[in-house]
Amino acid sequence: MPEAKPTNNDSASADEGVQIDLISGARMDGLASMEKIRLILDSVRDGKIVILEEGLSPEEESRLIEVTMSEINPDGFTGLEIETYPSTQAATKGLLDRIMGRESTKKLTVIGPANQIKTLHKDETLISALVSRK
Amino acid sequence: MCTEWKIGVYALQPSDRPDAREAREVRMGLLTNLKDSISKVTDRLFADSEPKRIGIYGPPNAGKTTLANRIAIDWAGDTVGPESHIPHETRRARRKENVTIERNNQTVTIDVVDTPGVTTKVDYKEFLDHDMEKEDAVRRSREATEGVAEAMHWLREDVDGVIYVLDSTQDPFTQVNTMLIGIIESRDLPVLIFANKTDLEDANVQQVANAFPQHETVPLSALEGNNMDEVYDKIAEYFG
Repeated sequence: MPEAKPTNNDSASADEGVQIDLISGARMDGLASMEKIRLILDSVRDGKIVILEEGLSPEEESRLIEVTMSEINPDGFTGLEIETYPSTQAATKGLLDRIMGRESTKKLTVIGPANQIKTLHKDETLISALVSRK
Repeated sequence: MCTEWKIGVYALQPSDRPDAREAREVRMGLLTNLKDSISKVTDRLFADSEPKRIGIYGPPNAGKTTLANRIAIDWAGDTVGPESHIPHETRRARRKENVTIERNNQTVTIDVVDTPGVTTKVDYKEFLDHDMEKEDAVRRSREATEGVAEAMHWLREDVDGVIYVLDSTQDPFTQVNTMLIGIIESRDLPVLIFANKTDLEDANVQQVANAFPQHETVPLSALEGNNMDEVYDKIAEYFG
C-alpha cells in the first residue's frame, strides 16, 4: 500500500511561502478513493496547494465535496477552492464509452484552501488563480 | 431467473432426481421463488409507474427554491419552501410529491426535490454581512454544510433526473457547475439547464448555453413566471 501522504521533509513553514504539491497520476492511481480524498484534504488543511496531474473521477469529486463539508468549522477550515477545466468531451462520448470505462477523467486539477486561493479567470483553456499566504 | 436454471438441471440429470422429501422441499422452494419473482415483476411495474424524483440543483442563490415554488404553485397549489436573497436559505432537501404537469395531451407526474445550493466552501462570516449575529451565522453555516452533503447524497442515490438552475447574470464557468454537471453526466441522469433570472438586465443566457453546449438550456424567470410554458414543455419532454 503506498504511503498516502507525500514526503514532507522539505515542507516550508507558512512564514516562508506557500507549499505546492504536484501529484502525479501514477501516485494517485495507487490510492483508493478515500485515500485520495484524505491526502487532498490533509494537505489543504495544512495550507498547501495541491495540483493533481489527472484529477478525480466524478464520484470522487462528489465524495470530496461531502467530506469537505463535514470538516468545515467556524474558526478554522472554511472549505476548499478547486479548479479544473470544463469537460469538452461530454458532447461526444457515448454511453458505451462510459460503460466500458473509456470515459476520460484526466484533467489537471488545482485544489487549495478557500481562504488562500482565489480564481481570477477560468474558461475551457485557461485557469488563472491568485494564491496568498494565510 | 435462478429458479428456472434449477429446473433445467434436474430435468437433464434424472439420476440426480431427489427423493420424495427433497422433491417436496424443491416444490416449496419453487413456489417461494415463483412468488418472489412475481413480486419482483410487480414491484418493477409499480416502480415504473411511480413519479420520478427530479432534483433541482445548482449553486447557492440561483433561484432553485423560487423555481420549485413556481412549479408547485402552478401544478399543486402549494409551495415547497421559503425563498430568500441570503445564501443557503435552503439547508435541507425538500420534496414536493406527485406534481402532475399536463402538456399537449401528455401528463407527467414527478416529485420535485428542492436541494440546498452546492458549494465547496462555507464561511460563517459571509452571513454577518446580512445583519446576522455571530451565533446565528455559525449555526446557519453549520446547517449549510450539512445541507450540501445531503444534496450530494441525493444526487448519488435518490434522483432520477436533474433540473440544473443557474443565475444567468453570473459567470457559469465555476468549478461547482463543472463538477456537478460532470457528476450528473457520469450517472447518465437526464438533465435540463435552466438559465434563470432573465428578468434582470445583466442576464446572459447565451453565456450559460455556451458553458454547457452538450445540454439544452432553457431561459426563464422563475420569479416573474417568464417563459414557463417552454419550461413545462421541456420537463414533460425530458422526464415524462
